[in-house]
Amino acid sequence: MTLIHEPDLGTPAVANDHDVTLTIDGRAVTVPEGTSVLRAARGAGIDIPKLCASDNLAAYGSCRLCLVEVEGAKGTPASCTTPCADGMVVRTDTDTVHALRHGVMELYLSDHPQDCAGCARGNCEIQALAVQTGAAEVRYGRGGASHLDDTADTSNPYFTYDPKACIVCNRCVRACGEVQGTFALTVQGRGFDSRITAGGTDFLSSECVSCGACVQACPTDALTEKSVIQLGMPSRTVVTTCAYCGVGCSFKAEVQGSGDDTRVVRMVPWKDGGANEGHSCVKGRFAYGYASHRDRQLSPMARDSIDDEWQVVTWEEAITRVAEGFLALREKHGVGSIGGISSSRCTNEEVYVVQKMVRAAFGNNNIDTCARVCHSPTGYGLNHAFGTSAGTQDFASVEQADVMLVIGANPTDAHPVFASRMKKRLRAGAKAIVADPRRIDLVRSPHVEAALHLPVRPGTNVAFVNAMCHVIVTEGLWDEPFVRERCEDADAYLAFIAGPEHSPEATQDVTGIPASDLRAAARLFAAGPNSAIYYGLGVTEHSQGSTMVMGMANLAMLTGNLGREGVGVNPLRGQNNVQGSCDMGSFPHELPGYRHVSRPEVREIYESLWGVTLQAEPGLRIPNMFDSAIGGSFRGLYVQGEDIAQSDPNTSHVEAALRAMDLVVVHDLFLNETARFAHVFLPGASFLEKDGTFTNAERRINRVRPVMPSRVGKDEWQVVCEIATAMGYPMSYAEASHIMDEIAATTPTFAGVSFARLDAEGSMQWPVTQAAPHGTPTMHVGSFVRGLGQLTETVYVPTTERANRRFPLVLTTGRILSQYNVGAQTRRTPNSTWHPEDVLEIHPSDAELRGVTSGDVVELSSRVGTTRLTALVSDRMPAGVVYTTFHHPVTGANVVTTENSDWATNCPEYKVTAVQVEVVTQAARANAGAGADVPADAVAGRP
Amino acid sequence: MAGTVPTTESARATTTRELATAGRAQRGPLLPILHAVMAEHGWVSDEDIAVIADVLNLSRADVHGVVSFYHDFRRTPPPAHRVQVCRGEACQAVGAQALYAAAQARFPAGGDVEVGEVFCLGNCALGPSAVLDGTLVGRLTLERLDTAAAGWTA
Repeated sequence: MTLIHEPDLGTPAVANDHDVTLTIDGRAVTVPEGTSVLRAARGAGIDIPKLCASDNLAAYGSCRLCLVEVEGAKGTPASCTTPCADGMVVRTDTDTVHALRHGVMELYLSDHPQDCAGCARGNCEIQALAVQTGAAEVRYGRGGASHLDDTADTSNPYFTYDPKACIVCNRCVRACGEVQGTFALTVQGRGFDSRITAGGTDFLSSECVSCGACVQACPTDALTEKSVIQLGMPSRTVVTTCAYCGVGCSFKAEVQGSGDDTRVVRMVPWKDGGANEGHSCVKGRFAYGYASHRDRQLSPMARDSIDDEWQVVTWEEAITRVAEGFLALREKHGVGSIGGISSSRCTNEEVYVVQKMVRAAFGNNNIDTCARVCHSPTGYGLNHAFGTSAGTQDFASVEQADVMLVIGANPTDAHPVFASRMKKRLRAGAKAIVADPRRIDLVRSPHVEAALHLPVRPGTNVAFVNAMCHVIVTEGLWDEPFVRERCEDADAYLAFIAGPEHSPEATQDVTGIPASDLRAAARLFAAGPNSAIYYGLGVTEHSQGSTMVMGMANLAMLTGNLGREGVGVNPLRGQNNVQGSCDMGSFPHELPGYRHVSRPEVREIYESLWGVTLQAEPGLRIPNMFDSAIGGSFRGLYVQGEDIAQSDPNTSHVEAALRAMDLVVVHDLFLNETARFAHVFLPGASFLEKDGTFTNAERRINRVRPVMPSRVGKDEWQVVCEIATAMGYPMSYAEASHIMDEIAATTPTFAGVSFARLDAEGSMQWPVTQAAPHGTPTMHVGSFVRGLGQLTETVYVPTTERANRRFPLVLTTGRILSQYNVGAQTRRTPNSTWHPEDVLEIHPSDAELRGVTSGDVVELSSRVGTTRLTALVSDRMPAGVVYTTFHHPVTGANVVTTENSDWATNCPEYKVTAVQVEVVTQAARANAGAGADVPADAVAGRP
Repeated sequence: MAGTVPTTESARATTTRELATAGRAQRGPLLPILHAVMAEHGWVSDEDIAVIADVLNLSRADVHGVVSFYHDFRRTPPPAHRVQVCRGEACQAVGAQALYAAAQARFPAGGDVEVGEVFCLGNCALGPSAVLDGTLVGRLTLERLDTAAAGWTA
């Protein structure tokens, strides 16, 4: 395959039912009314030149290259800013137009490097247009004033800005604002002095979030990936899916070479990607270097005891050791003494074979997934309320939302590409209600301001959502026809929620949300007309995580906000394949498609296909595995792509469990923290080496295509099959697509899915069935999957983890833009330039009380453990709450988190830990007291 | 990218915040606020830009772009004295170019007198014209400039 160049029609598509027909260069062209002449012409294959226009940006009309003649109109209008009209006659190919374009191009070239061979891209749009307009020679000579001596800004680790090549077309500035929504770029000065700048400073110290939108927008070599400068242009494209967050962006992996010599030159977002539509963030766009990092372990290793050194072994020996080890444990300690953990980082196909190995070869249901510790309450709660364990909408739905309730999610950091869509919609006039203890960027950042920020106290979400529903019911704002027609147990619920104990006035001391703000929020949400709920782990990772998910489902049902675009209950999934790993039967109680293991008719499907008898009782969940390991009954564990020793709560408990086991098998890219306790290490393949599918937060099944062969010689699913086979249960597939075929054959919601169908459609959102052969963007239209929506009496039960005199503060956790989860990938990339360590954010008054200033090393202790962090005094925090990220192992955030968990799913209560903070080492205070020493780029409220 | 959120502000930033807050309600508030900051501080600092951006909920780049577009919004502290020589066509026709060059030689860059250029003061009949510390002067010569400067340094 060669390098894919995606067409650019110059201006965005216009949605309009009314068409107009015009004539361009003698051809009749019909387009929706409002379409630009430029787009109409380019769509019809008439190549009007352009520099400042791009079909992801509003028309700008600055470059003067797309000039055309319009019969009856004066002059030569820019086709990008000229809307098509019925009967219009346009000529793009006249002598006048040619002469004008030639003259304009000469002016550009008079201040542009002529040395195309010295240009990294070697084929920029300027060069192409010089050829197209025939303006290779410049009448003005080369001696005049120019910008050819300007120096490049190389401060960003991933790209350079070289003003020599810049034509100040403003595409980057507009992309930063319109697409990304950061507004970090501007034009400085005027006239000849005009230069693009990141706000007058270099890119690295500016507001830039390094999403890459400007680099992609640049028609010249001015903004270029450093990798392109270093390696040269790529030669072929593989379209694949990002392996970071649950947004699931589609990317073009642009590479050089083939086979084992394949080298990724850059990752460029794919315009046809359903989730991202051509946008990206600093992780997916740039932070892929971990896949070739020297830390990557490429050979299987084994050791008899975790105190021994690792020995490199052959695949054959490693697999034999694993299989014989598990068989021996099963023989000695019983069938339930071994189990496995699948990963939300892996493909659907890999997850499926892991659960199949556990169920068919291990012979039990001791399979769990890392989704246990993030979104298991989503699956439970949404299934309970609606009948499907998934979000109700696609991402594009946000473009129809009038009100967004964002709760327990920080999209600009954790789901940045979707956050850009949200911000675009907010700039267009939608209103946001942000319920979060921390003043996140969506509360207020350039050009976006939430209508209401409700600083809900950690652990009181259910009281909050009940108060919302209480106001909506008692003030008569609920959608009675919707509730009566589509929901059940309505009367009991209405009576429950109308109780005075749920009123904002009664709950404000618990939630910390002033009653007047809460009433305003409830009224705004009820008014809609399209109100959507977006939430993240700040909802699920609580002792009442599942209750809160049901509470939000209640809120959506009460207000009739389900079953159409612009509404819904939308989980923002943490990892790339959280949705998929849950879909694939990774929970100990569910076979693929969320069907309980106790259902004989479901077991029968797999028993007949797999030729085994399946257990009808659920197996062990991850926390049960740890407890049983310490108790001595659980002895062997296979862990794929999850660093449980770092990511699971109460680290010392996890480590004790791992130490207690006889055989721990780690299947991963890196020798992670868990590998310290492992006996066999199986090297994994990075997403660039995988063939399979990921399913994102909107149930979109995206293809992951191998950019290069597995660097460890085997695909992960193949290794799993070999373990099962060595244990006496033969498992084999000729290729990954056959695994999906088995999934489709056994799982009704995946019935119409195959690699071939996905390749043809681009992507599909499950359920893909005979009734919905192209997938289902919006669920529960007309009726719920379970029939009637289940309204549930969501009683608020405070967590037992409460601040007291010894631990007076509450710790909550989250992510930052440049890093990802436990940092195994991003820490091995230059992304650490932006976030070299985790810090503890603390409110000024809490800090003052403890003598803490920014930069101090502080001790953070809870009733289960103690760790050390650098403090950052920040008025983003409410008093009484401290916050940290958990990206760096040295932070040990989970040393302090407790073993509290969701009542229904055991999802750990990461978001609430009572703690104390004490100063250990004071930062250098040379400038103490000098308020003016605050850096100018860091004035309050401007993160 | 996301930076720190300090909680203390300099006295200057506080003043700028008050000016920006007072001006934010008007339509198109940025230019009037920048004028107010110029009047108060004589120039626009990085800190002022950050504060104004915060108050108006703009990016710092947005504010920087506007500030840099207008020459009269200074990004450096003002000099003790300013000479702004008109370089419009009418004044050029009566020797403004030579006067400008001479003024630049007389008051080298970096000293406490700053020589700048403007394009037409509307005083074309009496060129060459200049503005000396805010006062319009017609029929300006280097000698008259020296006389004025003697008064400054005295």
